[in-house]
Amino acid sequence: MFAKRASFPSPPSPALERGALPWLLATALATAGPHAGHLPPWLSLVVAVLLFWRFRIWRTNGRLPARWLLVLLVAAGVAGIVAQFHTLFGRDAGVALLVFFVALKPMEMRGRRDALVVVMLGYFLLLTHYFFSQSIPTGIWLLVSATLLTAALIRLHGGNQPVGATFRTAALLLAQALPFMLILYVLFPRISGPLWGLPQDAYSGLNGLSDTMAPGSLNRLIQSSEIAFRVQFSDRIPEKPALYWRGPVLDDYDGLTWRARVPPPHGQPAKPVIEAGGKTYDYVSTLEASNQRWLLALDAPIKLPPDSELSPSAEVLARQPLRARTRVAFTSTLPYRLNRVESPLALQQALSLPAQINPRARALATAWRVEWNSKPSQQGADERIAQAALAMFRKEAFYYTLRPPLLGEQAMDEFLFDTRRGFCEHYASAFVFLMRAAGVPARVVTGYQGGELNPVDGYLVVRQSDAHAWAEIWLAEQGWVRIDPTGAVAPSRVEQGIAAALPEGEPLPLLLRLDAGWLRQMRNRWEAANNAWNQWVIAYNPQRQRELLSRIGFKEPDWQSMVATLTVLCGVALLLVTAWTLYQRRTDDPALRAWQRYCAQLRRRGIRLAPWEGPLEFAARVGRERPDLGELTAEAARCYADLRYGQGGATQLQPQLRRLQECLRRLPPLWRKPV
Amino acid sequence: MNAVLVTLAFLSFEYPVNRARKQRICLYLIIVQLPLPPQAIAMPPSAQRAPVAAVLAAANQVILGKDAQIRLALTCLLAHGHLLIEDLPGVGKTTLAQTLARLLGLQFSRIQFTSDMLPADIIGVSIFERERSRFKFLPGPIFSQVVLADEINRATPKTQSALLEAMEERQVTAEGETRPLPDPFFVIATQNPSQQIGTFALPESQLDRFLVRVELGYPDRAAERALLEGGGRREQLETLAACLSPEQLAPLQRQAAAVHTSPALLDYVQALIEATRGSPHFVHGLSPRAALSLLAAARAWAFVDGRDMVLPEDVQAVLPGVACHRLRLARSGAQARLEDVAALIHAVAVP
Repeated sequence: MFAKRASFPSPPSPALERGALPWLLATALATAGPHAGHLPPWLSLVVAVLLFWRFRIWRTNGRLPARWLLVLLVAAGVAGIVAQFHTLFGRDAGVALLVFFVALKPMEMRGRRDALVVVMLGYFLLLTHYFFSQSIPTGIWLLVSATLLTAALIRLHGGNQPVGATFRTAALLLAQALPFMLILYVLFPRISGPLWGLPQDAYSGLNGLSDTMAPGSLNRLIQSSEIAFRVQFSDRIPEKPALYWRGPVLDDYDGLTWRARVPPPHGQPAKPVIEAGGKTYDYVSTLEASNQRWLLALDAPIKLPPDSELSPSAEVLARQPLRARTRVAFTSTLPYRLNRVESPLALQQALSLPAQINPRARALATAWRVEWNSKPSQQGADERIAQAALAMFRKEAFYYTLRPPLLGEQAMDEFLFDTRRGFCEHYASAFVFLMRAAGVPARVVTGYQGGELNPVDGYLVVRQSDAHAWAEIWLAEQGWVRIDPTGAVAPSRVEQGIAAALPEGEPLPLLLRLDAGWLRQMRNRWEAANNAWNQWVIAYNPQRQRELLSRIGFKEPDWQSMVATLTVLCGVALLLVTAWTLYQRRTDDPALRAWQRYCAQLRRRGIRLAPWEGPLEFAARVGRERPDLGELTAEAARCYADLRYGQGGATQLQPQLRRLQECLRRLPPLWRKPV
Repeated sequence: MNAVLVTLAFLSFEYPVNRARKQRICLYLIIVQLPLPPQAIAMPPSAQRAPVAAVLAAANQVILGKDAQIRLALTCLLAHGHLLIEDLPGVGKTTLAQTLARLLGLQFSRIQFTSDMLPADIIGVSIFERERSRFKFLPGPIFSQVVLADEINRATPKTQSALLEAMEERQVTAEGETRPLPDPFFVIATQNPSQQIGTFALPESQLDRFLVRVELGYPDRAAERALLEGGGRREQLETLAACLSPEQLAPLQRQAAAVHTSPALLDYVQALIEATRGSPHFVHGLSPRAALSLLAAARAWAFVDGRDMVLPEDVQAVLPGVACHRLRLARSGAQARLEDVAALIHAVAVP
């Protein structure tokens, strides 16, 4: 069958008009241009040169390059891409190849067909932008490019109309596709996880907390105004000083760096016991990708999202590192009691310190221990010791600054007695060191503190600059108690945020400054728009789809019923469009109906009535093309003209109608060949 | 009685038709109920057409190979319109005008427009008669039944508008006295499209006064050969006998105006007009006056063709003549060409 089809000479593709080429170059530029950031620079350069070269040829009416040169170019380009990526497949190499071909294809333009290839390639290339970014600007750019591509398609088929009219038609076509797009978007079965594999290094360079804390590690985070996560509370929001978002708990100190304890290799780790103390808060967090497992719940979580677990030190851990923006729901309680009964092993760990360092700090701690052990009181000695440390931070000349002086080997001694300048990580680690030296079990907790309510959409936005470190000590009967020594030094850090706590002249991103009022408002709006886009467009995953569908009355939607609904809805939409078109065309006039039937019969005999053709003219043409049908058609046309355009009522014209219907019957059978 | 009928008709539609369509049908019913001019009913179309056919046949004897243009010119005359011929000198513009005037038994005059011409040169002047001691109006060449205004775009706008006003009003006001122009009054104006230096192009509003614009073009090979063999056409003109008397023309014009247009045809005309208005090719669409002109021309064309109803073919035949000079291309700002109007026709389906 195919061989038979192939033997037909295919009609020559219509020649490409000169005026259409700039459109093609524009589409190539619009679809390939934004990829310049992801391509190797040499390829971007090659693409730019190719496009410019083609434009020059068009301007000067020059000749297109010879075929052998094109073959050579293709070979060289493909070889270059293979050399760069060591493959032709995968995201980066594939996109590079497509971009290269989009720039090369205009060199080979013999007919409209070649131009169509460029446009179709452009549509495909458009999709690949989503491999790299799914932000609002990308979405807008793709919409604009899609309009441009459609306009180019119209230009290729519709000839030289004014540019504005072409774009209007293109925009209209896209607008008409919107309902279908929405149906497909809502109902097309979602697949969890990305459809395509991304290279491993796609996740490097993500910002976030880590499981170690060395001097200066938080400093880098605090300088960044990037968003760490957004929280939407279902009803009430705790006071700002109570917003401690719990991240890695660090309890292993080597004199320089705090590390998370490596869990014992065998045995089920003990689950922490959290006793709810009062109010509970329900909220949904949207966490940006961090490539870490911490889910950063509000202290202390009592209900966890699925696919997560609570570590012995009450961190919420996802099963997999967060490689994409993730939406999770928690319930937390405030106040709380954590692990009133703690294993001796854990307490032991919370007291360990490297030997021989920081003698002055140790001496101070020992002095406190001796002092408070000798003074019995209602409060335990441990608690009194902690208060003594806080009192020291509060009363003596400690400063909060993001530019602390460098510390030497005896870091704690230098900080506590000499420099006395630092920020949360210094205060937290010095406090924990003192506690441990005094025999109070203590550990460092890192995470985020505070957050800013975006008044535009009501989300609490927590940024990297809200990164914080604080301490926890374990007290008998009370369990692990949070103590924030930074709050003792700079209460405004906890109450108002980092910008308020820093002295004048400290480096901070512009957007974090409190005084940039209108800037802040613009940022709030932009972030709210981004958030809505993320919540409803990007994060529309199987789970959200299920939520939405069950809200509009789908019980237990599975993919089969979704596909069925999708098919039915699209079918109904198409049917409606068809019905409307037919309704527009329908006819109540028996004469018109008979004439249309007559013309349909002629069409089956190879003569088509052009839409603009009048009856008599058509009959004359039939007479020329098919003399055997000429006379009959002339009579039918005369009758029809009388009926439709003539004077006289239906009864008067009855004979004509009968004659027209008679003509229809008198048509020679289809199988009879024309004479 | 009519009102009752129409109301009944309006109520009795059972099949679903939209309101606008219903109203249109009712309007049509009202029109159908109106008495028609007696001649239109009395005479069968073929009998009406006999003199028209004779004029066409005789004109074709004089001007060879220009059947469509002659027909269009006659159509224009029958539709009470004026004709604009745009073409090079020597292709037979004057001959066409004179032939039509003679065949219809009309009186003919010719005005050659120049840049130093004044309105009085067209309309006429009053001169003082010494013996009777009063002014006497000497009518200008415009007081003629067929006026050939040659190279109209060489005159100044002032003179042009004097002619064009006379065309529109069919009367002339000079020195406070209004004088009617003869009836029928038919202006054939010519323009030379190739010489643009020292000319004053007619603005669109004045082009609109011409019902039809034609281009004569070169004769084809056979016609030209016959022309070369047959000797001068001017002599032949001298011997031409009138096929009609001026009294016969007026009834013909009335009959042409009474040719039937069905709702389906009006739909088609409206679709065409709407297409010009929505089209990105044209600066602006055709005006309602242009639509009326189109319909009048189509009626006359159908009448010349011997039909008592207008078909879409008739509209298509006159559309280039009626629309070309009224449409301007969005791309170049120039007048629409025949192929632009042909493309327009091909883009609009006959309903």
